[in-house]
Amino acid sequence: MITADPKSVLTGSHFIDGDHACCEGALAAGCNFSAGYPITPSTEVVERIAQRFPLIGGIFIQMEDEIAASIAIQGAVWAGKKAMTVTSGPGFSLMMEHIGLAVMAEVPCVFVNVQRGGPSTGLPTLPAQADMMQARWGSHGDYEIIAISPNSPQECFDFTIKAFNLSEKYRVPVMVMMDECVGHMTEKVVIPEADKILLEPRKYTTLPPEKYLPYEPDSNLVPFIVKAGDGYNIHVTGLTHNEKGYPEMTVSAQDRLVRRLVNKIKLNAKDIIDYDENNIDDAEVIIVSYGITSRVSLPAIELARSEGLKVGHLRLKVVWPFPEDRIKELSKKTKAFVVPELNLGQIVLEVERCNKGGAEVLSVTHAGGGVHDPMDIYETIKKALKK
Amino acid sequence: MNEENINLNEIPQHPIGSLLRMDRIPHIWCPGCGIGTTVNCFAEALFSSGLDLKKVSIVSGIGCTGRVAGYLNLDSFHTTHGRAIPFATGLKLGNPNLKVVVYSGDGDLISIGGNHFIHAARRNMDMTVICVNNFTYAMTGGQVGPTTPQSAIVTTAPYGSFEETFNLPYLAESCGAVYVARWTAYHVRHLQKSIKEALLKKGFSFIEILAPCPTLYSRRNRLGDGLDQMLYYKENSEIRNNADTRTVGITYQGKIIIGKFIDRERPTYLEAMNEQLSKKLGSKYIPYEG
Repeated sequence: MITADPKSVLTGSHFIDGDHACCEGALAAGCNFSAGYPITPSTEVVERIAQRFPLIGGIFIQMEDEIAASIAIQGAVWAGKKAMTVTSGPGFSLMMEHIGLAVMAEVPCVFVNVQRGGPSTGLPTLPAQADMMQARWGSHGDYEIIAISPNSPQECFDFTIKAFNLSEKYRVPVMVMMDECVGHMTEKVVIPEADKILLEPRKYTTLPPEKYLPYEPDSNLVPFIVKAGDGYNIHVTGLTHNEKGYPEMTVSAQDRLVRRLVNKIKLNAKDIIDYDENNIDDAEVIIVSYGITSRVSLPAIELARSEGLKVGHLRLKVVWPFPEDRIKELSKKTKAFVVPELNLGQIVLEVERCNKGGAEVLSVTHAGGGVHDPMDIYETIKKALKK
Repeated sequence: MNEENINLNEIPQHPIGSLLRMDRIPHIWCPGCGIGTTVNCFAEALFSSGLDLKKVSIVSGIGCTGRVAGYLNLDSFHTTHGRAIPFATGLKLGNPNLKVVVYSGDGDLISIGGNHFIHAARRNMDMTVICVNNFTYAMTGGQVGPTTPQSAIVTTAPYGSFEETFNLPYLAESCGAVYVARWTAYHVRHLQKSIKEALLKKGFSFIEILAPCPTLYSRRNRLGDGLDQMLYYKENSEIRNNADTRTVGITYQGKIIIGKFIDRERPTYLEAMNEQLSKKLGSKYIPYEG
């Protein structure tokens, strides 16, 4: 790991919202290229980037649409930049094809989605967490990505750095799945000194051009990268390709490539997965939550515990890859999982899938536009214990 | 010829062989297709331009011409359908020392990618865009496109296309391109010279190349093979440099106006950005160089 560049790091205590904190996280992570397109409630991220970048040697361009923004960042990565784009629901939908390209060509880059209510134009200024499955499955074909879910402005800062680090380590697009609440919530954000911020360096090859194979993986299943202009004459394509990077449209090349793209995340999931646990050991009910809902769950958990109910909390920081082994283990010990989320039941499907121990799984749905009334979560805890 | 007497080591390399990924040959293009001819002209132009080939990147979208990037021995990017230009924009802004060339087809650049085309021209993004126009979506079997001449038969306009045909030089000029030319696959000398000029021109340079698609376009319209289309280009093209681009629209098997239409100066995106930011931020701003 290397440390951050002091000129990009706004060390100190700040009172800023999650969108601005996300921008500062990107800068601290060494992001020096961003392409975006205005969309509520994410616009403040790129507004701050547009203001900050010229002072630190970065470059921002507002593209003609989100399709363009989501591939301009990939061009910039091949030029050697660290790049990010930022959007919300409708823009995220437009970016799906290029998330697939970033997966296929193994382009380290970050997509921020400040989620709002959908479908379609939906609720532009109000929160939802209804793009969680889209983040995982929205582009065509089989693939794996990484998605992380901050629940505070501080985490918008911290997790944006984390997103860049994971994207470099695994050469995969990483999604920062914020929501309107977290994006527009103003809180204290502490930005450490640059030498306390650890960054994953890009995995450049050390081999000369004649020995370099652009898509030959290392033991972690991740290939080494080069950039345009270094004399490697690389070929990059969204077509199924071999280790040389050349199109090879055969069953065996497809099998080799797609399985590796999936396995580099699956087999390294332990390194990527990140969650917090509270009062899990003796829990009879476990709340599984992420993003803003993990905070809305707290009063419900506290109230239930004050009544002596054994309620634990599993809070997902990384949502994709999903911590399936942990859910499997817990499902053998607990009576029930309660899964509140600002959608009509998305991550709850994952909990059900991994629930091999046969615990009850109860969804606490919300169509978006606000957050849950904690009492709804509390009532579901009670219901789970009655069963 | 007695095969036993052939010594493979003594066969001279093709003049542009070093620019091709010979390990990817044979290419996918049909007999009589014009794309290969344009690649030959491009390669010759690139050699004669004196550009450092290490610093030249080529970006294609999807389609028959979209395969060009894959055959050139440069840093080459075969991107998504219609999005070569925004990819190239990121690449160029990411490293302004690169010479970035977008090489793609009419459907890719002008239909699905049309929005990106007009904005890159408007911004005067420093890149050369080469558009091989074969009047149809060839890779998918010959469908109607915005460049299909009116009355031409194509699979999704089986009774003849009736939409207005896009006049690409006029479009490019209107949007702000600083260099605009049109040639055909027959006019190889002019084309080669023009590509060289475009490569050395700062800003958004655009060359449209009319090229035969004998397998789909010519066959369905009973226009003969590739050679017959070359004859058509030869006999019906008129070189009119500096022509008013409003007058150079394409009609079905009609007269073709070719030439260099536009060659002008305008600040590039980065020049304009550096000027504005320097003006506003003074010494706090270090002009961006990548």
